[in-house]
Amino acid sequence: MSTRDITYSEAIREALRQEMQRDPRVFLIGEDIGVYGGGFGVTLGLIDEFGPERVIDTPISELGIAGAITGAALTGMRPVGEIMFMDFVTLASEALVNQAAKIRFMFGGEATVPFVLRTPMGSGTGAAAQHSQSLENWFVHIPGIKVIAPTTPYDAKGLLIAAIRDDNPVLFIESKLLYKTKGPVPEEPYTLPIGSAEVKRQGKDLSIIAVGVMVKRSLEAAEKLAQEGIQAEVIDPRTLKPLDKETIIQSVIKTGKALIVHEAAKTGGYGGELAAVIAESQAFDYLEAPIVRLAGRDMPIPYNRTLEYHTVPQVENIVEAARKLARLEV
Amino acid sequence: MKLTLTNGQISLTEKRRLLKELGGEKARWVLQTMHTIRAFEEKAEELYALGKIHGTMHLSIGMEASAVGSILALQPDDLILSTHRGHGHCIAKGADLKRMMAEFMGKACGYCRGRGGSMHIADVKGGNLGANGVVGGGLPLAIGVGLGLKMEGKRRIHLCFFGDGAASNGAFHESLNMAAIYHLPVVYVCENNQYAMSFSVKKSCPLERISDRAAAYAMPGATVDGNDVLSVYAAVRQAVERARQQCEPSLVENVTYRWRGHSKSDANRYRTKEEIEAWKAKDPIRRFEELLTAESILTPSEAQEIKEAAYRSIDEAAAYAESCAEPDLDTIEEGVYA
Ligand SMILES: Cc1ncc(C[n+]2csc(CCOP(=O)(O)OP(=O)(O)O)c2C)c(N)n1
Ligand SMILES: [Mg+2]
Repeated sequence: MSTRDITYSEAIREALRQEMQRDPRVFLIGEDIGVYGGGFGVTLGLIDEFGPERVIDTPISELGIAGAITGAALTGMRPVGEIMFMDFVTLASEALVNQAAKIRFMFGGEATVPFVLRTPMGSGTGAAAQHSQSLENWFVHIPGIKVIAPTTPYDAKGLLIAAIRDDNPVLFIESKLLYKTKGPVPEEPYTLPIGSAEVKRQGKDLSIIAVGVMVKRSLEAAEKLAQEGIQAEVIDPRTLKPLDKETIIQSVIKTGKALIVHEAAKTGGYGGELAAVIAESQAFDYLEAPIVRLAGRDMPIPYNRTLEYHTVPQVENIVEAARKLARLEV
Repeated sequence: MKLTLTNGQISLTEKRRLLKELGGEKARWVLQTMHTIRAFEEKAEELYALGKIHGTMHLSIGMEASAVGSILALQPDDLILSTHRGHGHCIAKGADLKRMMAEFMGKACGYCRGRGGSMHIADVKGGNLGANGVVGGGLPLAIGVGLGLKMEGKRRIHLCFFGDGAASNGAFHESLNMAAIYHLPVVYVCENNQYAMSFSVKKSCPLERISDRAAAYAMPGATVDGNDVLSVYAAVRQAVERARQQCEPSLVENVTYRWRGHSKSDANRYRTKEEIEAWKAKDPIRRFEELLTAESILTPSEAQEIKEAAYRSIDEAAAYAESCAEPDLDTIEEGVYA
């Protein structure tokens, strides 16, 4: 079988389709995921192939969806839920945080909760404060849930299949702005290891560790920096929890500088965790400058286009922050 | 006291009685406000197509009677909570069209200083505590608004709008139950436009009528022809009376239909053209206009003037909004905390 260029969204759909074909225990449940194809069209057409018993449209009941995948997983099914916007995982969080994340441990390992909950995060669509959040760190903080945030079609497919086959609750965070981006993806099913970061670009001058759509922006920034003679290494953790600390630490040992980039609000964001991982490691001795976090402002996402643009890091902000760090001007 | 709210569509005799009671000026206001809502949304679509508005928007074209008939039953200082499909509620509650349009265009002089946009327009001074991006997001707040107004003791009441989709969210249960046990002056208005995005209410609700759920909270419920502005008014008015006089909640379901797609990303794959056309034939504006002319409350040319005045007011609002400044980037972080 061959590899072709497909979109991030198609890669996710293909992973869902292939896993549903392989394993009758896999089913989908979420709002408008049938004929509508989900809020972003990711599940489009799957209802024609698998029918309404395995592509289940729900009422606007996020807690119901999270409860349903938890309960169904307890009966041995391998459900994949969808929450239309990450903002609404807040409504689902009881089942996720108090139930799904804790059941295996609380029950002494007697039960497992193998589900995936897919949800898109991020701003940049003009949808304002209640449809634009990046809440990954809420769930990173909860022991018992894995958190994955792929940034390429290839990673999305391999990690989603791995997530469906994993025996734990997995929050699978998609980046809205990446849905239409294309990349090479093998046709056959494959898995990528959960807990393995990828160096998306090699460089010797500084390490940029980015989350979600910021990986794409950091790669664009790295291109620009290269023209100025600054070689940035760009690392995509891919799975936020478990985190591949070693890849990050080794990179920082090599470059001596760390720039962390994410869209979520800075205070209490995932960048704090990444910074701590670096500071607690042997990479600390190699740091030539303070660790720099470039993140969303500590404010809700505004509607106005210009304000929205300036609320989260853009390519030019990454270039500027990286340049300063490379020149030790921080 | 047990109250049975008026169901369905009220009789012509009853309509005549209500029209007489309302008087010509109120009747004109009803017609003009419905036209204004439609004109606002048509303009919003146009500006979106021109790239002057970004993001998304949820249009209530075809549902104007639900907003206007409900709010007609309120006093100016009563409070409403609105939804993502809230332009109609906002306009009927008396919002300044210029500031609304400016908000739509993300301008600094908009109701939310350009921070909120279509889905978050609020006119707090005018008694509109805001549209909501979260389906059912207003329902839990309604408990507190009801409590606050009850404690205030001025007999102001609260009207909470929500959709058929929101009625399937857990928030619905908590809200109606708490309003019932605390005896709160809340009128719940469910705008049943048949769909929550693509999900038909026939699939989301096992009951024939959403208002049948009122029985579970020992409150009166009614399902009315939501495209008939006087039928909506008749039922909501009774519910408002109950809230004001007895400090008790009620549930009114306005059966209606949205003509446009759910938002800007809807291919209408879940419904037929025929269904849409059948509902367009029940145009709430045309129906009310025909009633007013048939009853000789307005001449056809007066009706036409009212419509034109509505469209003019929207053109003026759009021109004003276009002339407003963008928010100053230096103020970007303002307003997060008090
Ligand atoms: C909690 C939540 N879930 C999902 C959505 C996405 N969404 C926006 S509107 C909508 C449908 C709402 O249906 P209904 O309550 O009937 O209102 P209508 O759109 O028909 O006016 C959905 C699913 C949301 N905004 N909030
Ligand atoms: Mg609806």
